[in-house]
Amino acid sequence: MKPAPFEYVIAESWDAAAALLAEHGDDAVILAGGQSLVPVMNFRLAQPAVLVDVNPVADGAYLRIDADRLRVGALTRHVRFEAPQVGGPLGALFPRVARHIAHLPIRMRGTFGGSLAHADPASEWCTLARTFDAVMVARSVRGDRRIDASDYFQAALVNDLADDEVLREIELPALGPDWACGFAEFNRRAGDFAIVQSVAAFELHDGRIVDARIGIGGAAEVPWRADTAEAVLAGAIPSASLFEEAGAAAAESVGELMTDRQASAEMRRDLVRVMVSRALEDALAAGVER
Amino acid sequence: MTRISLRVNSVDHDIEVEPRHSLADALRDRCGLTGTHLGCEHGVCGACTVLVGDEPVRACLMFAVQADGRAVRTVEGLDDDGAFNALQQAFHEQHALQCGYCTPGMLMLATWLVERGTPVSDDELREVMSSNLCRCTGYRNILRAVRSVLDGAGS
Ligand SMILES: Cc1cc2nc3c(=O)[nH]c(=O)nc-3n(C[C@H](O)[C@H](O)[C@H](O)COP(=O)(O)OP(=O)(O)OC[C@H]3O[C@@H](n4cnc5c(N)ncnc54)[C@H](O)[C@@H]3O)c2cc1C
Ligand code: FES
Ligand code: FES
Repeated sequence: MKPAPFEYVIAESWDAAAALLAEHGDDAVILAGGQSLVPVMNFRLAQPAVLVDVNPVADGAYLRIDADRLRVGALTRHVRFEAPQVGGPLGALFPRVARHIAHLPIRMRGTFGGSLAHADPASEWCTLARTFDAVMVARSVRGDRRIDASDYFQAALVNDLADDEVLREIELPALGPDWACGFAEFNRRAGDFAIVQSVAAFELHDGRIVDARIGIGGAAEVPWRADTAEAVLAGAIPSASLFEEAGAAAAESVGELMTDRQASAEMRRDLVRVMVSRALEDALAAGVER
Repeated sequence: MTRISLRVNSVDHDIEVEPRHSLADALRDRCGLTGTHLGCEHGVCGACTVLVGDEPVRACLMFAVQADGRAVRTVEGLDDDGAFNALQQAFHEQHALQCGYCTPGMLMLATWLVERGTPVSDDELREVMSSNLCRCTGYRNILRAVRSVLDGAGS
């Protein structure tokens, strides 16, 4: 369980990281928190020739609201999201999601950008990014490229980043005060990866839902937005039966469900139904609290 | 080989490592400090937990070169001149270990929690310590030991 030999180089800026990737081509990979990459290297499932350590990148970790966008620096550690960092409904959602990621020491090292780059099907941050149509900002020697979440996730552990691109920022919408956001996840032990998880959010005007987002992770190879379930919510008044109906619509809409030793495709479909309605309940409760 | 310097339990170690050597391997094989244990080597068990700066780190998932110039604390640094410190004494009294394999990692994680100095609820204590696996004691005694030190430190 020891990694194969590699050359270790440090990047102190995103430009330096991009230059190193351009120089080494697909022999080089980025090292962020190391909480996914190093296990994979210890198993020798990955044997990169060059490791570009971006931990020393200056100003790589931040969370800030900038007009109607919420900008997250790729190096922001998971633990930063456990305490409220920014206001608004999304700021209130972050701690409830972050606590589901692994265990505290892993959250103190692992990064938001690392999760998106790793693109695990059950990654909380990937599901959240897909739900809210995040934009991934990738730096290369050619400059910045913006990638929509709908194009970014391609398959389990596969994303749209080119070999010479480093993810430097993730942009989310800074949701207004009329939004309510919720989360639910099913796994067998605290700290494990989710079997199925859901992020759900809706905007309320005069007691009616005028816009809704439902994202699902862990069920299929890539995080998924359940637009048929979103349509069920549009124009309706929140209620337990409405949320159940949306859950059922989401369960029907998910295409290729995964089967593994943790759960069959049928079990995942049923979990989608339940997780979506629970995430909606969580959103309603969070909205009422404020 | 790369030359790095680690300050481990207040002692400087100038050592040569390959970039692929984990911090845990460097501590064990280059510094001769075998108290840090390796269980799974993929981040699941927490046996390798040490403190880097002030943070608990899985030393199987950090390369030694990444800790160059940093202060590291391991289980060897806990005792008070050969006597158990409060946490070690509590583990002893509460029967918080059997085979002892997980104990160095448990102690270092608990050291971080105790030194953090903020109130810790029982739920939070469970949540934090659930990071590390023990195959022998069944956790209750471990939680009881850490709780007794947290309560003592608070009074
Ligand atoms: C025991 C355990 C349990 C876990 N449970 C969960 C869980 O429940 N949910 C969850 O989401 N995660 C979980 N994780 C993974 C953890 O969240 C990782 O932190 C995360 O997946 C990767 O982030 P990282 O910063 O550690 O990235 P690294 O491990 O450093 O890198 C991961 C991959 O992304 C690439 N990469 C990293 N940063 C960039 C960048 N800026 N630009 C381009 N490429 C980049 C790397 O080259 C590598 O391929 C768990 C990990 C462990 C060890
Ligand atoms: S040996 Fe490091 S977590 Fe198991
Ligand atoms: S005492 Fe044996 S593994 Fe914990």
